[in-house]
Amino acid sequence: MNRTSIRRAVVPGIAILALAVSGCGAGNEESGGDSGSSDSSLSGDLNGGGATSQEKAEAAWAAGFQDANPDVTVNYDPVGSGTGRENFINEAFAFAGTDSALSNDEGELDAAVERCGGEDVIQVPAYVSPIAVTFNLPGVETLNLAPETITGIFDGTITTWDDPAIAEANPDADLPSTAIVPVHRSDDSGTTENFTKYLEAAGGWAEEPDGIWPASIAGGESAEGTSGVVGRVSDNEGYITYADDSAVKETDLGVVAVGVGEEFNVPSPEGAAQVVAISEPAEGATETNLAIDLARDTTESGAYPVLLVSYLLACPTYADAEQADLVKAFMEYVVSDEGQQAAADEAGSAPLSADDASAAQAAVESISAQ
Amino acid sequence: MTSTATRPDPTPEAAPDTKTPLALGDRIFRVLAVGSGGLIMVALAGVFIFLAIEGYPGLSVDEDFYRPATSFLGYAGPLLFGTVLAAIIALVIAVPFAIGIALFISHYAPRRLAVPVAYLIDLLAAVPSVVFGLWGGRELAQHIGGISVWLEENLGFIPLFAGPAAKSGNTMLTAAVVLAIMILPITTAICREVFAQTPRLHEEAALALGATRWEMIRTSVFPYARSGMVSAVMLGLGRALGETMAVAMILSASPVVTLNIISGSSPATIASNIASNYKEASPDGQAVLIATGLVLFAFTFGVNFLARYLAGRGERRMAR
Repeated sequence: MNRTSIRRAVVPGIAILALAVSGCGAGNEESGGDSGSSDSSLSGDLNGGGATSQEKAEAAWAAGFQDANPDVTVNYDPVGSGTGRENFINEAFAFAGTDSALSNDEGELDAAVERCGGEDVIQVPAYVSPIAVTFNLPGVETLNLAPETITGIFDGTITTWDDPAIAEANPDADLPSTAIVPVHRSDDSGTTENFTKYLEAAGGWAEEPDGIWPASIAGGESAEGTSGVVGRVSDNEGYITYADDSAVKETDLGVVAVGVGEEFNVPSPEGAAQVVAISEPAEGATETNLAIDLARDTTESGAYPVLLVSYLLACPTYADAEQADLVKAFMEYVVSDEGQQAAADEAGSAPLSADDASAAQAAVESISAQ
Repeated sequence: MTSTATRPDPTPEAAPDTKTPLALGDRIFRVLAVGSGGLIMVALAGVFIFLAIEGYPGLSVDEDFYRPATSFLGYAGPLLFGTVLAAIIALVIAVPFAIGIALFISHYAPRRLAVPVAYLIDLLAAVPSVVFGLWGGRELAQHIGGISVWLEENLGFIPLFAGPAAKSGNTMLTAAVVLAIMILPITTAICREVFAQTPRLHEEAALALGATRWEMIRTSVFPYARSGMVSAVMLGLGRALGETMAVAMILSASPVVTLNIISGSSPATIASNIASNYKEASPDGQAVLIATGLVLFAFTFGVNFLARYLAGRGERRMAR
């Protein structure tokens, strides 16, 4: 009799417990939502997406912006630069992140101008990140490598670690005779594109720079994504690869000090920011289209020219006034000191210099409703 | 005493033009069974229609999308080659093991050993393929990398092991070994069921005629189980052809066509290529990927039909 009555109480008991727990949970959510300062009158959903390199930074920006504007939800979908630009052009996204500036190689710039009602697209640099060249050699923490040496390693001309080209620049290092195996990205990647552009500008890379590693280069291995290449190098001695610095900093892999002029510089946000500061605006740049032609062949002291710059795209006018307000406020936050510092803390990027930030602010100011 | 033979009156129930009405339970079951079969056909047709409609534009997009090839055939060719190569090597490794384990469980092992072994093999099927990919790519690859170096030194004259061996082991060989482990449970399970179904009379007859246990298996179990074994191998092949995440995490992919299974550049498989590139692809790129999916679908169908036909031919010959 006792056993039966307990058994009959089990199912309703669990149901009541579930309801009670979810009730507590809902209560917590509501009280959490009220904790932000809410003098902001902005509300609604802001949808954007694009470059995966900006993913961590966008998460930081969304969190910071939503803190200040609790009724707004910012959604960034890291579908990749290409799809990001496509979706911006066909109005699925209000703003987009892209690793390469809009150009007319495939008519994208014209299509984007059309999307913005015939007006100039707003394109501002928002995320500047150094690309580290990292390797796995036990006991060796850093190596000085000239750009030509790096080119030689990645195109298969230099095959062992004790090659004279490497030994000359590193007389103190204990270089074994293990084979060098360069690892590249198997997916279409903005990191690959920027790395090969650097090699072309500074190191005599013979192939066309592209997001896809050239198939004509034999040897080497490939892995998927930043975590894939870093994982491959961590597991195997003598392997070398290139990856976003934020992923490499946390490991204890060796990092290459890249030859810039007479010096050898390790990856640093300051070095990357310096390159952006000395770079000229790209061809076709305007007051609102701040595409940059990166000076990857610079020899300035302290610069770190292996970097990627990721842009945010927006229109100067939107048909929907609410969207216009949201995009403007979000972009203002992104290029502000606060926003840039939040991204730097979260993703290890280089904050925009004062000049670049004020140019970006001026460009964003012009966003308004139609 | 003779009597004129009269044909007995046919009983009303057996009248040729009225059927016995089916009971309600029978009718419901028939509807359910036919409906389920029809639903499966509809689903399969739906998949094919999706692949055809979405993938057709992918056959003729801008040249750029087929980088580094210049046409759809040049792009899909190496992928199909990689898929088939990985699947064949996986089958070559797994099928003898599967048949051996199935025979062990059904004919050789004492009952108290057979049940746990069967259970363990089935447990292998419960491991997610992502986990196989992680384990294969990070751990197993290291060991196979060491073996690859040995293979290159000693058997380097065989095109399969021509080298240069990749120390990391992220090669087609590792992918094929992991695929073999993944198709082992399903192939073993079906084989052991089929072997257990062999009529005991046939087995006892063979043994009574003086056959050894192996001869008995060869003469009475295998011919009876041939169709089932083909099914088992086809199911395993289907899984190997379509395996996505495990292969994507292990292979060091590049668009080459090579028989060298221990080098650092291996052709990707169709499924792993779709998994790696779908997220970042533009709509045209996605159409190309879906078109390769259609190629895989058609190929799997073709292989299955061929296998059924060959197995059926063997059976028809036996029945004569």
